[in-house]
Amino acid sequence: MVQDLGYLKESPSQTAGPYVHIGCTPNFAGITGVYETDLGATMVNDKTLGERITVRGRVIDGAGTPLKDALVEIWQADAAGLYNSPSELRGAADPNFTGWGRCPTSADEGVFGFETIKPGRVPYKDGRKMAPHITVWVVARGINIGLHTRMYFADEAEANAEDPLLARIEHRHRVATLVAPREGSIYTFDIHLQGEKETVFLDI
Amino acid sequence: MSDRSNKKPETGAFFQRDRAWHAPALTPGYKTSVLRSPQRALLSLDGTISEITGPVFGHSILGALDNDLIHNFAKPGESAIGERTIVHGRVLDERGKPVPGALLEFWQANAGGRYRHKKETYLAPLDPNFGGCGRTITDEDGGYRFRTIKPGPYPWPNGVNDWRPAHIHFSVFGHGFAQRLITQMYFEGDPMIWKCPIVTTIPDRRAIEQLIAPLDWANTIPMDARAYKFDIVLRGRRSTLFENRLEGN
Repeated sequence: MVQDLGYLKESPSQTAGPYVHIGCTPNFAGITGVYETDLGATMVNDKTLGERITVRGRVIDGAGTPLKDALVEIWQADAAGLYNSPSELRGAADPNFTGWGRCPTSADEGVFGFETIKPGRVPYKDGRKMAPHITVWVVARGINIGLHTRMYFADEAEANAEDPLLARIEHRHRVATLVAPREGSIYTFDIHLQGEKETVFLDI
Repeated sequence: MSDRSNKKPETGAFFQRDRAWHAPALTPGYKTSVLRSPQRALLSLDGTISEITGPVFGHSILGALDNDLIHNFAKPGESAIGERTIVHGRVLDERGKPVPGALLEFWQANAGGRYRHKKETYLAPLDPNFGGCGRTITDEDGGYRFRTIKPGPYPWPNGVNDWRPAHIHFSVFGHGFAQRLITQMYFEGDPMIWKCPIVTTIPDRRAIEQLIAPLDWANTIPMDARAYKFDIVLRGRRSTLFENRLEGN
């Protein structure tokens, strides 16, 4: 016998189900008067520093159909590369930027969208700078455990080329699944759950 | 947050997730997973600052009735119909440490098993005094509580005759985005738990049992409401004792 490590097991995940909007975006679901606003609907205000961008996309299943009942959350650094979190010890993040957003995919076309700013670069564990990126988390009916991935920016080719995470992707043609093309101020990030274009998801 | 400001900041990466404890992505018994499950291996990466950090929510976002589903959608002077129930417990991490300041959001069907949602088609009636959503933030001991009515079981289109056991959905934020979790709570003694194709996506019986809240007789309020106790465990954080620290830390 040895001593017991005494660790607990993480509560197992269960699907968010078809009614995740009741709990996470009730106003979107038509349940009004309980919360003033849906959390995560606004990330920026008039004073937020940085380049204003829109991130939009779809979550697409193995039959090529966009999910109309998914919920997407994003988490990102501010324009200076600082996170608005107590675990951020490198400095104070922009108080006018939450860094966190939440958006349901629309009931008609299955599109999500965030009005945000382009994040600055943050360090990898060894001090190298990672390319600017947005952490993305997807839940929906039929997804048993939330899917983590990252969105990178197509107009940051030089930074992307030296990014430690992108460098870890063995099949190089799959790097493109994490890089959102830009048109004006809009970046489009389609997330493919399956198939030839399956997004690289992370165990992180 | 004030209740964390005097403590050492948490900067360690999280314990790796035990993927065998969770449901796999592809679980054909739960049909919707078939076309929504990634088929390639996940890319494993030790946590970086992008996942070690996460948003925090202050108590200022909470309204007075946010943790009272019996009243937060009801007309003045009225209340939701159903078995009056208190759900309480603690949010801990895998090291057994309380997680204070954790935002919990919960949602559920009404006492008849009907959700207030435009895609809901079950013939059971809506309760005009029940919305079905609530939220709270854990205290400095990781504790939380809310009042609701016990949700009903309901049939759903999967197999011809599949039913969900009574359950409450939980969305949980810890202190790092890697801890983000959505799960469901079940009620002790419900024989339908073991017949449910969503519950049984979880391969290990002990893991399923971790989601079943026992009746908490000690905390039941006489002549008012029964209590169920539901503890939630989030990923633990590694000690940073011997890890390289980034410049400026």
